[in-house]
Amino acid sequence: MEYSFSKDDLAKIDEIKSRYPEVMPATLPVLWLAQDKFGHVNEEVQKLVAETLDLPVSHVHGVAEFYTQYYKKEMGKFVLDVCTCLSCHIGGGYDILKHLEKTLGIKAGGTTNDGLFSLQEVECLGACGYAPMMQINNDVFVNHLTPEKTDQVVEGLRKGKYPEFESIAMPLNPNTSASKETV
Amino acid sequence: MSTPLDWKGYEPVLIPKISGLHQIDIYEKNGGYESLREVLLNKTKWPDAVSVVNEVKEANIRGRGGAGFNAGLKWSFMPPVDGGPRYLACNGDESEPGTFKDRKIFEYNPHLFIEGALIAAYAMSISTVYVYIRGEYRSFIQMMEKAVSDAYAKGYIGKNILGSGFSTEMVVHSGAGAYICGEETSLLESLEGKRGYPRVKPPFPAQRGLWGRPTTINNIETLANVPLVIKNGASWFKTIGAETHPGPVLYGISGHVNRPGVYELPSGMPILTLIQDVAGGMRNGKRIKAVIPGGSSTPVLRGDALEGVNMDADSLRQAGSMMGTAGMVIMDEDTDMVEVLWRISKFYHHESCGQCTPCREGTGWLEKILDKIMHGDGETRDLDLLLDVTTQMEGRTICALADAAAWPVRYTISRFREEFEARCRKSVYALA
Repeated sequence: MEYSFSKDDLAKIDEIKSRYPEVMPATLPVLWLAQDKFGHVNEEVQKLVAETLDLPVSHVHGVAEFYTQYYKKEMGKFVLDVCTCLSCHIGGGYDILKHLEKTLGIKAGGTTNDGLFSLQEVECLGACGYAPMMQINNDVFVNHLTPEKTDQVVEGLRKGKYPEFESIAMPLNPNTSASKETV
Repeated sequence: MSTPLDWKGYEPVLIPKISGLHQIDIYEKNGGYESLREVLLNKTKWPDAVSVVNEVKEANIRGRGGAGFNAGLKWSFMPPVDGGPRYLACNGDESEPGTFKDRKIFEYNPHLFIEGALIAAYAMSISTVYVYIRGEYRSFIQMMEKAVSDAYAKGYIGKNILGSGFSTEMVVHSGAGAYICGEETSLLESLEGKRGYPRVKPPFPAQRGLWGRPTTINNIETLANVPLVIKNGASWFKTIGAETHPGPVLYGISGHVNRPGVYELPSGMPILTLIQDVAGGMRNGKRIKAVIPGGSSTPVLRGDALEGVNMDADSLRQAGSMMGTAGMVIMDEDTDMVEVLWRISKFYHHESCGQCTPCREGTGWLEKILDKIMHGDGETRDLDLLLDVTTQMEGRTICALADAAAWPVRYTISRFREEFEARCRKSVYALA
C-alpha cells in the first residue's frame, strides 16, 4: 500500500502545527490524523508522518510505540477494546472478553480471518460506573455489557450498524425533587 | 464533632439539573460567563489579577485530580510576568481506575470548565491554555472542541476578550492511551509531542513547564469550581461540606452497588451514606467487603471499618487511606481480594513508563508473584516478598507511579492478610 497525505490533509496538518510554538507537539495529533485515514500507523506511516513534519523517524516511532491507542499494524475493520481493569474486572469484564473470544473464534490480540474484527483486552477506559464495557475503534463506548448485548453489537457491526454514543444521564440524588430528565 | 451534613437538600452547582446546559446560549441564559465578565471588567471588585488569585486561595479548592493541593496557592507560585509566553495545562487525562468524573463536565457543563480555565488564565497572565484529554474520550473530546469553538465565536476566548485588553488562546489536545500522562510533568512531555516520561522535580512546572516556560497544571473539576467561587465568594464555598476540604465533589461510585454513577454532593460525605442512601445500597443485599475510596492507588478500606469515615482528606487519612479522585470502588462479600490486587498490579505493570528501574522491574514482580498466589502456587513467604518489593519501590522513582503501585499491595495484604494466607501454602523453613 502506498501511503501519502492529500492536499486537504496537509492543510489540516498546517492548522495543527499552528496550535503550538514548535513542530514536535504536532506528533500526536498528526499520528491520530494518519490513523483515522489509513486505519493504522505502521512503520511506513510513521515514516510519512516524520517526513511531513520534518522530524526524525526514530522520534515518531518512539511516540507511536509508547501510546497504546496507535495501531502499529493493520487491524480488523472493527477493533473491540474490552476493559478488564478494576471496576470492569469485578463487574464481569473477563466474562465479556471470553464471550467475545468464543463468538469471534479468536484470542484477545487477534484478528478474525475475514479481517472484520480485532479483539483487545485494555486497561481502564473511564466508564467504571457502567461496567462491563468496551470501546469500538477508539471511538464510542458501549456500556453495561451482557453476553446478549455484546452479541447484538457484533451482529450490528456485521451489518454495518455502528453503535451510537450512549449518553448516560446523571443519576438523581434520591432526595431531591428535580425532574427525571437531566439533559 | 462537626454537625451532620445537610446533603439531602443539596442542589448541584457543577452539574446543575438544567436541560441543555452544554449549549453556550443556555449556559449564558443561566448566568454563564458572568464570572469571567466580572473579573475582567469590574475593576472595583477585582482591581488586578492578584485579587483573583487571593480569592481562589482563600476558598481552598483542593485539587480534585488526587493531590488535594490548594489551587489558588498553586497559582501563586507562578513567577512574575517577564513578557514571554506562560501556559495553563488542564488535566483531563482522568485515568486512575475507578475515576470517571471529568467526562461528566465535558458532556454536561463544558462551559463552566472553560470559564474557570479562562479566569485562571487571567489570574496568572496565561497566553495559551491547553486542555489535555485522554485519547479514549474521543466522544468527549469532540464535545469539548465544539464548546471551545463556540466560546471563541462569542468572544470569550481569543484576542481582547470582552474588550478587556486581555487575550488568551485555548487548544484541545488529545492523548493516545497512557495512564502516566495524568502525572503532571508526563502530561507536559506528552503535550510537547514526546513519550510521556515524567520529569525530575525541581524545577517545578511553575518555573520550567511547557517549552521551558512557566506553566500551571490543574484538574478539570478543580477549574470548574472557579467561576462558582468568583460568583458566590470564597466564604460561600467554604460553607459547603468538610471544613478542611470544602466544596462540591463529583463522587464516582462503581462496583457492587445498585445505582453506580457520578453524584455531585458536598465534600465530607460519610462513605456508608454514599453507598447505602446515594448509590442505592449493595446489589442483592450483600455485605460490604471492601472500599477503595479514591481510585485504584488509594489504600483499600475494610467494609467493617467504614463507620464514621467521611470522604475528605483528613477523615480518610485517619482511617488509613486517601481522598484521591473520589472514584470509589465498592466490593461485596463475594469479591476475591487476591484477584482484585492481581488486577490492580497488572494495571500498574502495564502502565509503568519504564524510566526508573524500581518501578519498571518492581511492578512486573508484583504482578508475577500475585499471579502465582492467585493460581494456588504461592507460599506464605511470598507475601513478605511482596511487601519487601514494595519497600524497594516506594520513594525511589521520579514520579509517584511506583508508590501508586506499591500502596495497594501493602494495604490490601495487611488488611486482608487472612485471605491471602488462605491461598498460600505454608512456607517450610529448613534449619541450616
